[in-house]
Amino acid sequence: MTTANQTARAKYENDFLKEVEANVEEGHWVRMCMQCGVCAGSCPLGDAWAHPPQKLFMMIRAGKREEVLSSDAMWMCTSCYNCIVRCPRKLPITHIVHGLANYAHRLGLAPKGQPTRQTAALFWNNLVKKGRVNELKFSLALYFKDGFGQGIKNALGMQAVGLGLVKAKRLNPMEILGGHGIENLSGFKAMIDKAREIEDRKKGLAG
Amino acid sequence: MASKEYAFYPGCSSQSKASASNYLTSVNTMCGKLDIKLTEIPDWNCCGASIGYAEGGELPRLALSARNFALTERHLPGKEMVATCAACWLAQREVKERLDHSETLLKETNEALAAAGLQYQGTAPVRHMVEVLIEDLGYDTLKQPVVKPLEGIKFAGYVGCQTNRPFGIAGESFENPLYLDKLVETVGGEAVPYDQKVACCGGALAFSEPEKSQKQIRAIIESAYDHGAEMIVTPCPLCQANVEIYQSEINKKQGTRFNMPVLYYSQLMAVAYGSSAREAGLDGQLIKAARLEEIAGK
Repeated sequence: MTTANQTARAKYENDFLKEVEANVEEGHWVRMCMQCGVCAGSCPLGDAWAHPPQKLFMMIRAGKREEVLSSDAMWMCTSCYNCIVRCPRKLPITHIVHGLANYAHRLGLAPKGQPTRQTAALFWNNLVKKGRVNELKFSLALYFKDGFGQGIKNALGMQAVGLGLVKAKRLNPMEILGGHGIENLSGFKAMIDKAREIEDRKKGLAG
Repeated sequence: MASKEYAFYPGCSSQSKASASNYLTSVNTMCGKLDIKLTEIPDWNCCGASIGYAEGGELPRLALSARNFALTERHLPGKEMVATCAACWLAQREVKERLDHSETLLKETNEALAAAGLQYQGTAPVRHMVEVLIEDLGYDTLKQPVVKPLEGIKFAGYVGCQTNRPFGIAGESFENPLYLDKLVETVGGEAVPYDQKVACCGGALAFSEPEKSQKQIRAIIESAYDHGAEMIVTPCPLCQANVEIYQSEINKKQGTRFNMPVLYYSQLMAVAYGSSAREAGLDGQLIKAARLEEIAGK
């Protein structure tokens, strides 16, 4: 079976910029970057990026497909939007970085076990289940993402905080039984499925 | 009849017994005093927040916010949507901008919405509650109901990211927005100079990269202390939660002795407008805002 990754590689040959322009959210902006580095200097987690945004953009132009898609860098984005408002060319950098993370994740090339990648997937799967976030289940899923033993340890570590939130009526233990949700769930799910189907067809991620 | 009416998008964190339930309590109280009527959008859904992109991709995320607009257009025609959560507001604005400027994305999003029997027309704008307060009512109107000015309390106005960038509040600068300080002064408090005003708390990475986020949070709290603030005030539920909740963690790990209350602007207003501590959602603080409780109890 040919994977989406193999298909994309074959289709775009060595033109990774073209692939990014076609398949990555807001990717058509990448060629506009003038390499000034203001984004890197504006990022609150700038030190943690193996390749800051402007470097990722140059690597895309240089065809460094595997290095970019398997990079840990774009998972350091906190969505603070500093880079967007400071970019002299007004590139939607935050969105391009999110788009790269999503593309790498969907192709299966993003680093395995990358904590923000895992958290992001848990969050999305949580919200689409009932149309609204179940904060209790999300927290528990996060604690237990590295196994049962670690989960117990994490939960105990945050016990005081959790109890404080329960007492302040900002966390509901009963959410384990279901919690908040929308009424027209079947319509909601049909909408999400349809959106994903269209996007996957367009970006060659189907199958 | 209420003087102003809006289609209200409270967002997941503002639901009953969710992490920002005290935000909603104080917003309801504040709006009652200001004669603002909020009609909840029937069956609204999660916006995907700032972390939904990785699994959700582009179109499913657009569909999420488009559904909220479509429900507003159908059930509350002619009403503007108002969000209290920074991430909800930002997501709705981003999606509206994307859909109103791309025929392809509009067509595809409507194809997805059709599966839920809905359609996005783009007639409802989205506003943040802060915009409603300062643009539709104005500081003079906001001052009128003040019966218990928050005299002598020093606040660090922590605007954070998502009500400030990339859209921000009209007329404000990205680097030094002044509206939050003005709101503090409107209810009689003192806004101290604050160099972490627009810094990032780490957002959703507080969950996945706790060390990196807690470094940000520590700087935000330290700067508030350094400038003589007694409390931090913010318009964002995630900023509030991150900056309040992790103080005990940081104290435990790093030997600090942080004990800085973190409030919503709406709580300050509710107290200044003469509401009780409970009506202002002060019982929802992990770190008690003792001086505000005192004023509310007088």
